[in-house]
Amino acid sequence: MIHQNILLLLLPSHHIAFGAQAKVSPFSPCQANHRLVAFFPHRLRSSLSRPIALASFDSEILQEGLNRVLPAGSVLPKKYSTSAKEITVREALNSALDEEMSADPKVFLMGEEVGEYQGAYKISKGLLEKYGPERVLDTPITEAGFAGIGVGAAYYGLRPIVEFMTFNFSMQAIDHIINSAAKSNYMSAGQISVPIVFRGPNGAAAGVGAQHSQCFGAWYAHVPGLKVLTPYSSEDARGLLKAAIRDPDPVVFLENELLYGESFPVSAEALDSSFCLPIGKAKIEREGKDVTITAFSKMVGYALQAADVLSTEGISAEVINLRSIRPLDRATINASVRKTNRLITVEEGFPQHGVGAEICMSVVEESFEYLDAPVERIAGADVPMPYAANLERMAVPQVDDIVRAAKRACYRAVPLAAAA
Amino acid sequence: MAASAVVRRLSSAPLRDHRLLRPFSSTGSESTITVETSVPFTGHKINPPSRSVETTPVELLSFFRDMSLMRRMEIAADSLYKSKLIRGFCHLYDGQESIAIGLEAAITKKDAIITAYRDHCICLGRGGTLVESFAELMGRRAGCSKGKGGSMHFYKKESGFFGGHGIVGAQVPLGCGLAFAQKYLKEGTVSFALYGDGAANQGQLFEALNISALWDLPAILVCENNHYGMGTAEWRSSKSPAYYKRGDYVPGLKVDGMDVLAVKQASKFAKEYALKNGPIILEMDTYRYHGHSMSDPGSTYRTRDEISGVRQERDPIERIRKLLLSHEIATVSDLKDIEKEVRREVEEAIAQAKENLMPDPSELFTNVYVKGFGVESFGADRKEVKAILP
Repeated sequence: MIHQNILLLLLPSHHIAFGAQAKVSPFSPCQANHRLVAFFPHRLRSSLSRPIALASFDSEILQEGLNRVLPAGSVLPKKYSTSAKEITVREALNSALDEEMSADPKVFLMGEEVGEYQGAYKISKGLLEKYGPERVLDTPITEAGFAGIGVGAAYYGLRPIVEFMTFNFSMQAIDHIINSAAKSNYMSAGQISVPIVFRGPNGAAAGVGAQHSQCFGAWYAHVPGLKVLTPYSSEDARGLLKAAIRDPDPVVFLENELLYGESFPVSAEALDSSFCLPIGKAKIEREGKDVTITAFSKMVGYALQAADVLSTEGISAEVINLRSIRPLDRATINASVRKTNRLITVEEGFPQHGVGAEICMSVVEESFEYLDAPVERIAGADVPMPYAANLERMAVPQVDDIVRAAKRACYRAVPLAAAA
Repeated sequence: MAASAVVRRLSSAPLRDHRLLRPFSSTGSESTITVETSVPFTGHKINPPSRSVETTPVELLSFFRDMSLMRRMEIAADSLYKSKLIRGFCHLYDGQESIAIGLEAAITKKDAIITAYRDHCICLGRGGTLVESFAELMGRRAGCSKGKGGSMHFYKKESGFFGGHGIVGAQVPLGCGLAFAQKYLKEGTVSFALYGDGAANQGQLFEALNISALWDLPAILVCENNHYGMGTAEWRSSKSPAYYKRGDYVPGLKVDGMDVLAVKQASKFAKEYALKNGPIILEMDTYRYHGHSMSDPGSTYRTRDEISGVRQERDPIERIRKLLLSHEIATVSDLKDIEKEVRREVEEAIAQAKENLMPDPSELFTNVYVKGFGVESFGADRKEVKAILP
């Protein structure tokens, strides 16, 4: 698979790169009077039988390589590398905010500590300096007030991004999110649209206790008129935040504090400023054939780890990163269950009336005959979040829990734990 | 306000279709009349405007006609509700018309107004038509919200009316948000957020006021103090019923809300102030003749004497009638003719609205989103009723 590792230097005249020699048009790579310099990482040299030279370059490899670097319709990327570039979720969110604020002067950011403090979690770092205090606004600690002001600004036609320091505090403003934002387009029969994004960290962090650890995915996804997004990786964070800011409807964007510092590889396409992910489409993070595991946000990472463990035991798990819990990608989930016949839903939040319950019902409605085992549900414990580390560990799903549930669904005998 | 401007508005707004029945010679339509407001304004941390208000005969006549139209509309809505053509909630504004009209006289359609659920007359003042209003109340497709909003959710965005909100107090931060946007876009316009004495104690109001004052937003908070929050008199709900002073660091003005000229003067003053200095509070001392809503008789917490007393002493339409008569701008029969005409207009609009159809069943699923991405939505039995959101 040489084409994945080839660094192709396709050079618009104003770009300078390693050892470049001439201009090459990306769409006519093999014109004889152009020269292409291909730069191979040292680790691949051994696999090459001959150095790549000028017009004798194999056009098929080049074309495949081009397809990877330049997906159809995208702008020529400015930077790309052999090993995929890695950025943290924090950097991804910051760059998404920056690009969207740059692209549309109606976009502005407001919340506690987003400006001079550079963001409580540094997500809005540098934005105050770049865009000024009229577009990056530090608010007092008054969620009901500033969320309402944000919604009112959206009524008038601006595109606010309202940050909650955590979504636990959004409960103070929930009337505005639901009654003032979500329902307005419907009640006004389309006169008042609300292009607002409510974003911030959601769910458990580490040791922050009961009032600071709740997952609000199920609550907001319950409401028609809202869109609820739950990014996992850096690519998700960038693509979904950009989509949310461009979206004409109110979007609740649930991030996760513990993911902010995690790095993920991002493709060149994802780094482009026009990059956007579709809202309402889940991503199959890992293909499998024995059991489907759905997850969102931080739990995607846990599900992937569980899939690794399961593969050592001969169970091939398909991991679906929901990305969007409203609209929920029922098509992808059902298609996967029809393939694997078994389903585990994973979420961090409280189990009763949760996201997993909705997914289970969707599968029962649409793919009942395909199920070979009851749907399993892994969720946070049905208790307020405790502080002590051992109890906290029990209150949040662990990789073991997901593995065990998958095995149950595959009818691999697992001794039942004695009731606590 | 120049008479010519008033005449232009008179002819363009559907509300005002007035033609004088006979020319009058004593006062030309261009001449200005100066009238004193019923009481002087009281200021909190601000010098109040003068109580001498300039007006013209044409403007006074338009006030009379427009307020009579609003009065008639609300009374008609009362009957429609009792005949079960209007369902759910219906909060009537009769007695308070002078606030809607006085406000409109001082501002443009580029300024924004947002209010709570007692919104029928505000919408009319903003350019809503009678047919749109009655159709919305009866849940028909010609309604201003296509029948999907109801009494509490009238909107007219193109002329700066942002609703119509059911949650007490929520409209105040929203109104401050409108002001934020106006300032952000450098439009030189202001937003009026109307709320009642009941809502005046809401925490979010003070949160929004704090931010508005910090950021100098052109927001004008108008407390329509009709002295009763549903069944609770103001002295039972508010430790300090001096709502114009509640802004503390934000200046306020107390206004006789039943004197349309006082409302006009105060609104004009407030707009000029807000554009330069940030938020200001106007407390309109007013009264509602009906109960809180149609399910409230309005007489268990106040005496009939009180209600009829206010009607005799302070009715906004009667005040203008007296002015018109005393300045010989119109005769008693002129004014009766106007009232008859207004009545006829309202009846015609009701007839038209009654004939209008209810929304098509497919409308259940429209406007959930602006952009639905082809997502599915479901009815009560999702195997029976499903829709794709465009």
